[in-house]
Amino acid sequence: MIKLIHVSKKFKETVVLKNVSIEFEPEKTYAIIGSSGAGKSTLLRCINLLEIPTTGSVIVDDIDLIKDKAKLSTVREKIGMVFQNFNLFAHMTALHNVMFALIKVKKLSNEEAQIQAIKYLTEVGLQNRLNNYPHQLSGGEKQRVAIARALAMKPIAMLFDEPTSALDPEMTQEVLKVIKKLNHIGMTNIIVTHEIKFAQEVADYIIFMDNAEILEVTPTQLFFSQPKSQRAAEFLFNMI
Amino acid sequence: MNINFDKIWPYLPQFGQGVLVTLQLAALSAIGGTILGFALSLGGRQGSPVKWLVKGFVDFFRGTPLLIQLAFFHFGLPQITGWIPDLMTSTLIVFSCNSGAYLSEILRAGIESIDKGQIEAAHALGVKSFDITINIILPQALRNVLPAIMNEFITLVKETSVVSIIGLSDVMRKTSLIASATYRYFEPYLITMIIYLTLNIILSFIGKKLEKALRYD
Repeated sequence: MIKLIHVSKKFKETVVLKNVSIEFEPEKTYAIIGSSGAGKSTLLRCINLLEIPTTGSVIVDDIDLIKDKAKLSTVREKIGMVFQNFNLFAHMTALHNVMFALIKVKKLSNEEAQIQAIKYLTEVGLQNRLNNYPHQLSGGEKQRVAIARALAMKPIAMLFDEPTSALDPEMTQEVLKVIKKLNHIGMTNIIVTHEIKFAQEVADYIIFMDNAEILEVTPTQLFFSQPKSQRAAEFLFNMI
Repeated sequence: MNINFDKIWPYLPQFGQGVLVTLQLAALSAIGGTILGFALSLGGRQGSPVKWLVKGFVDFFRGTPLLIQLAFFHFGLPQITGWIPDLMTSTLIVFSCNSGAYLSEILRAGIESIDKGQIEAAHALGVKSFDITINIILPQALRNVLPAIMNEFITLVKETSVVSIIGLSDVMRKTSLIASATYRYFEPYLITMIIYLTLNIILSFIGKKLEKALRYD
């Protein structure tokens, strides 16, 4: 269970999150949408404390991450993250990108880590790219390696930070297809995205953000038929 | 033409002894400097007191001439401390500190060249900072700055020649002694130059091999 309680974040004088509280139900999929600069990515990055909130608390499985820093890496281990720019380890092959944390964090043996890594890379359709370095992969392939890398840790939740923003339309589709398969298989998925249609397809809830605040958290169907906030209605209108 | 190596040949073993001293000095200082350079570059990423100490150390060893550091350490400090180190010890300490200061700056640049996203991704996977430094940052940083590091080692080999001034019998000092003994200057210095050149060509050859070995693109 992931909970943010009265979380605010300031960068110098700029407020990027204003007193945000939200509780993510387990095994549901959330899409965070809103215009650029609304604080979507910052909200996501506060969940695994890549961004440290200025005030407020972040609670994952009853552990207050800000108070209990010692447990931070154990919690991060359980929350996978996929980034806009893939962030693959440039000096490691696809296989080793996935194996790395399995060995260092999960303490698997080399052989066991390799078996797991191949399994997850196969799952994202990259069984024939195991020994390629990131620079030899296309954007879509890189993102799929990144997804496999996060999945291999068997997380309870996955955070996607604009996973397709750096990809062309064709690659976007191949990555979205993979993310769709992760829906309702036992993880909480939280996806920051500009792909509204995709959000509509996969999400159970839409989190609509504007100007550093969450304006509404609404079941997806309801959000697209009758959003609660005026701002969301405008946003949706401009999308069409 | 007034060139005659006949008088020089009998001194070849002396050159050899000198080369051994030069090699020993360069190799040990390179090892000491590398260890120190790593420690300093990582120390420079820590909180304030450590960071400022590192900065002071680097500024001092980069900002004063090596020869003066050597003379100060070997002749000056014993006056205060009462401990008179042998020549080899003094020079090793000074050279290690000096090249450590330069190497730490090279490594720092390499570390800063690593894209922060990879480090974030590793943190997000729950990898500990130590493992990130050893397995993600350093391998890529080293590979990026390897040419600069080899440059520093080549400089180090050449700079060891200043120890002849405080009296350590490296190849440079042997050469001066041979020159005074034979009244021949062109030949011994030519030989010594070729010796240094050969050492550094070998070194840069090793550097190229290493660069190839560390390549991943």
